[in-house]
Amino acid sequence: MYVGLGMSGGAGLAFINLKDKVIQAKIVYYGPGRCGKTTNLEYIYDKCRLQINSEMVTVKTQGDRTLFFDFFPFDMGKISGYDVKIQLYTVPGQVKYNSTRRLVLKGVDGVVFVADSAADRRNKNIISIKNLEENLKLYNKNIRDIPLVIQYNKRDLAKEGIEILDVETLENDLNSELKVPSFEASAVEGDNVILTLKKIIYDTMSSLEKQLKQEP
Amino acid sequence: MILGQKQLDKIDDILTANLIGSGVQSVMLIDTAGNVIASINNGNETVDLYSLAALAAANFGAMSCMAKIVGEDEFSLLFHKGEKENIYFCKVNEELLLVNIFNNQISLGFLRLKMSKVVEELVELLGL
Repeated sequence: MYVGLGMSGGAGLAFINLKDKVIQAKIVYYGPGRCGKTTNLEYIYDKCRLQINSEMVTVKTQGDRTLFFDFFPFDMGKISGYDVKIQLYTVPGQVKYNSTRRLVLKGVDGVVFVADSAADRRNKNIISIKNLEENLKLYNKNIRDIPLVIQYNKRDLAKEGIEILDVETLENDLNSELKVPSFEASAVEGDNVILTLKKIIYDTMSSLEKQLKQEP
Repeated sequence: MILGQKQLDKIDDILTANLIGSGVQSVMLIDTAGNVIASINNGNETVDLYSLAALAAANFGAMSCMAKIVGEDEFSLLFHKGEKENIYFCKVNEELLLVNIFNNQISLGFLRLKMSKVVEELVELLGL
């Protein structure tokens, strides 16, 4: 049996193939341009090669900026007899690529919002999380309901003498209403990258389990 | 959408009989979010299905947006020609796509004929 969970009209959500015993769930790394979404995926790809039976797909521009998305399937192994594949995606962060961001969000099951801790990026973070909320709405999804983890990236910039926002300010700007799990991180150094991933996978799988129980 | 074991088996049968039996190397039924629902190949194809599905869904989405920009509802032919391998995409309904990989031994016209039959059978099977 194959179960596609989802609202009518939107793309189906995670897919659970009861015949082949495979679950596919889609997790998207979202955030403003140059906040470190691709760097997160590159770190995971590098550290978890045994769980990734695939090349990392990147669709980039000449200037090494993400044009469409980065992607690889992350093999979680067997959970209750099911082969769980987490599809990890990034979106292009630049404002002008909103239509491609929307395409990547289709069928999303969980989101990591990567915020840039640099002080001069404060406004870009706020614009981007609002953009996430609007784009989710297009698929009948509410930012308050979808599994979401916020990562305050680039904490390492302080060491280089670059002014960063304190966590309280970031929480106030981005998480005061949502109150979702958040982590300080440095994708370049790998700090808390895996922790962020584990948390979003855990929340996404719990949410899918709940939705599956509600299916008629 | 819930597909039972019988329906999944029937999907495999439809794809095998019409496409693999006609010389298509590999065919995948995917959804527009990039998930793989069914995939069949002739035993000689070793492509990375999950990456291909992610890119195919994105490519299809991009093409649909481009069609709208130029005032079309959709482009009816989505075909990429390579030196040896070709890819042909075909929409089943708003949620489902078929992705075929085939070589130059099959003509695109023949494949399109086969494909319209497959879409008809899938639509009937799935009650779309």
